[in-house]
Amino acid sequence: MNILVCVKRVPATGGTIVLTADQRAIDTRYLGFTVSPHEECAVEEAVRLVEQHGGSSTVLTLGPAEAEEQLRDAMAIGIDRAILLETDRSDWDPMATAAAIVDAVRDAEAAGEPFDLLLFGNEAADSGGYQVGIRVATALRRPVLTGVKGIETRDGMVVARRDGAGGASEEYDIALPAVLAVREGINLPRYPSVPGRLRARKKEIERRAPERRPGGPELVRLRVPQERETATEILGSGPEAAPRVVELLQQLGVLGR
Amino acid sequence: MILVLVEHADGRPDGLSLEALAFAGRLASDDGQPVEAVLLGAGARTGAAGLGGHGVTTAHVGEDERLTDYAPAAWAAALAQLVASRSPSTVVAAGSTRGSEVLAHVGARLELPVAANCIDATPGERFGVVRQRWGGSLLEDAWLDAPVKLLTVAPHALPPVEPAAGKSAPAIEPFEPQIDDLDLRVRMTRRVEAAGGATSLADAKVVVGGGRGVGGPEGFGILEELAGLLGGAVGVSRVATSAGWRPHADQIGQTGLRIAPDLYIACGISGAIQHIVGCKAAKRILVINKDADAPIMARASYAVIGDLHAIVPAISAEIRRVSGRENRSATT
Repeated sequence: MNILVCVKRVPATGGTIVLTADQRAIDTRYLGFTVSPHEECAVEEAVRLVEQHGGSSTVLTLGPAEAEEQLRDAMAIGIDRAILLETDRSDWDPMATAAAIVDAVRDAEAAGEPFDLLLFGNEAADSGGYQVGIRVATALRRPVLTGVKGIETRDGMVVARRDGAGGASEEYDIALPAVLAVREGINLPRYPSVPGRLRARKKEIERRAPERRPGGPELVRLRVPQERETATEILGSGPEAAPRVVELLQQLGVLGR
Repeated sequence: MILVLVEHADGRPDGLSLEALAFAGRLASDDGQPVEAVLLGAGARTGAAGLGGHGVTTAHVGEDERLTDYAPAAWAAALAQLVASRSPSTVVAAGSTRGSEVLAHVGARLELPVAANCIDATPGERFGVVRQRWGGSLLEDAWLDAPVKLLTVAPHALPPVEPAAGKSAPAIEPFEPQIDDLDLRVRMTRRVEAAGGATSLADAKVVVGGGRGVGGPEGFGILEELAGLLGGAVGVSRVATSAGWRPHADQIGQTGLRIAPDLYIACGISGAIQHIVGCKAAKRILVINKDADAPIMARASYAVIGDLHAIVPAISAEIRRVSGRENRSATT
């Protein structure tokens, strides 16, 4: 199988969000970077499918030069090749992002093998637009499903599984080539090994300058929602607090009767 | 006119779709537009009948049997058809799995932008939206410039609106969706019902959560014990699932489950924003943590400072002691 997986560099936030002075981005001075949990699982899934079926995998990102870090993280767990669509550090909307990815897919397929599968995370950790994979698939006229929690391959097709209402599972039979947006929980991603990291460091990354198409929505500014801080009643320290806790549980009516 | 996609099952409109209708209603009253609904697949007509109290004047129903098994591109084709024939100013869907998916397809087909997970919209010279980033931990103010505005409504982000009494049912307008075979390439083939069993984490009134402080899979035994005594369920932070201690189905967070119990007891969880997204709808949070300055304390109504490995069993023992004493007195 020939698989392309797309990721997006996002800050590894902690317990609070601090914005830049112009309020158009998160202040990342003290933050590391990562990709969304859905995308980590998409990368792992690509590696597993190639391990199972043979073939090759490519990771692609649209982002600043520093996004090379996320590409190398993916290669460190076994992705073969990487493509960086290098942007200035600005926020690209989902339409512009998808259009640039479509260009890159068409170029890659013209130069080499068509991709059996394009994998995305269900939504980016930060912007959460839920639409890039669907836009890419529509432009390429390929079938697409989001929210995927399980992929089973059969001859020329996949059976994709996802959660439905009431805890049920929904299954979709989809012919390849296809596009799937996966959710965390589809697999448990492996940790990169030291040899894996070393190999990844040596690999060439294909760099391209994407064309930016107009789209939307257009970011005006970001803001942290005002949440009233809850007044915390300290019930005590250590196991000695247990009686006070149980009194509280009785007051709250959760000690069933 | 504002057109709202209403999902339905068993003849009833879906709760998140009702939230989307409330959002559309608020938007519509800003500039006096009517709100119309679209329902697709078998049972659409029955679902539509209940929408009068939700501000819907007309319900477009496409009961084509090809739409009964969910097929996102086919649903989008039907919606795109209504956009062409009815010229809504705005199309609104719930930010549910299907709502987000169908509207993204509509946006892709019609080459229009989609603002996902909106909590507010302001029409005017330019159409402004406020939408969620980071699962709601951050808000984005944006312009949505398009001949037709497409937006999804963030689930549970806005207070519910009571249906208005005494309103007549909407006018039902059936329509024939024009669907291509291409639109049916992705269609639900099978539905596998869930096995019954233990308290569903999503519905539990009491949830005991465990994070890094639990230390490993064995550590969850004491949390399970406490949850059992309270008739509740155990959930975990992403630390526990990434480490393989517990399955992803137990994860509370931005990429896991969002829960709304009466009481959430968070043990050894520091409170990364992604976890807060998952548990902030809890009515009350009791934090058990060694660190009195952990970020999660900002959300805690109550806290016990110390090691959960000593505190949690002590709470369970005290519950047993108190119930035992009450049982004894009940029998005398």
